[in-house]
Amino acid sequence: MNSPTAAPDLHRKPASRLTWFTFSSPVNFYRLAGILAPLCFVAAAIFGVAGLYMGFFVAPTDATQGEVYRIIFIHVPAAWLSMVMYVALAGWSALGWFLNARMAFIFARAIAPTGALFTLLALWTGSLWGRPTWGTWWVWDARLTSELILLFLYLGYMALVAAIDDVRRADKAGALLAIVGVVNVPVIYFSVIWWNTLHQGATLTMGAAPKMAATMLWAMLLLTLACWAYAFAVSFVRARAIVLEREGSSAWARAAIGDARDS
Amino acid sequence: MGARRHRRRPGLLNMHWHDANEFFSMGGHGGFVWGAYGVAALLMAIEPLLAWRRHRGARRAIAEQLADEAIARAGARP
Repeated sequence: MNSPTAAPDLHRKPASRLTWFTFSSPVNFYRLAGILAPLCFVAAAIFGVAGLYMGFFVAPTDATQGEVYRIIFIHVPAAWLSMVMYVALAGWSALGWFLNARMAFIFARAIAPTGALFTLLALWTGSLWGRPTWGTWWVWDARLTSELILLFLYLGYMALVAAIDDVRRADKAGALLAIVGVVNVPVIYFSVIWWNTLHQGATLTMGAAPKMAATMLWAMLLLTLACWAYAFAVSFVRARAIVLEREGSSAWARAAIGDARDS
Repeated sequence: MGARRHRRRPGLLNMHWHDANEFFSMGGHGGFVWGAYGVAALLMAIEPLLAWRRHRGARRAIAEQLADEAIARAGARP
């Protein structure tokens, strides 16, 4: 009857077919991210201008906090992104660790500085909001302290991978730190419930009606979209740089740079 | 400061603010509000520049390598 050895050629997938693993190849990712990064920067600018307009010219003055509450339009998105990006950093680290996927480690390294930036911004804007509203720049409450630890985790990850010369060992050491540190993210998120903190509860909760004016909500959501788009854009640019740094001797990278130089 | 006056000219940019001074003073908390947004804007302008510079550096390193190899090939020719 049919020989089992005759079948494979007919069922072999063509090499150009798009699969989940297409962009785990550096050359495909490099090209795709080169297209997506500028689009994300444009989206960030559009959402940013729209959000700032809503936040400064449409949203009303807060009845109890006055004008200084407008800081939350940037504070809340920065705090969200600081946590989301850490989960992404830990997720790519875990994928890299268990599947030994080289692009996963590159994504992890590309995400970390932007996550650290958003953590710093969350702390900075929160402090500037806290001084006039709470009467203090800083207080060692659970929310603020765990967010500060998040900043140290980001900085620790970046310092650790930079300190180890061997790229693969650095990737793995950093991945381990990132994965262990992810325990801090639920601590930050639930700190306002678990402990009696000075920091107020969640601004928005899934399944509950927002407790703020619709225009305020829109300002915050638009700036959140702007921060997401910005985070993708700058991570793509950094990931492309890391791909070239690591794949510089490969034929495709040499061809890509050579073509660009000749034309 | 005093009590807020009624808005006189409702429009695109003065739904809350009567003039630029009122806008920049942010109810007396201008330093806090603009300090927060200013630093955010500054850092979010610098970070992409650093990322682009890193990408450009990586491209240059490969281009220099290609150029060196081309010189070496030309020198090896009789």
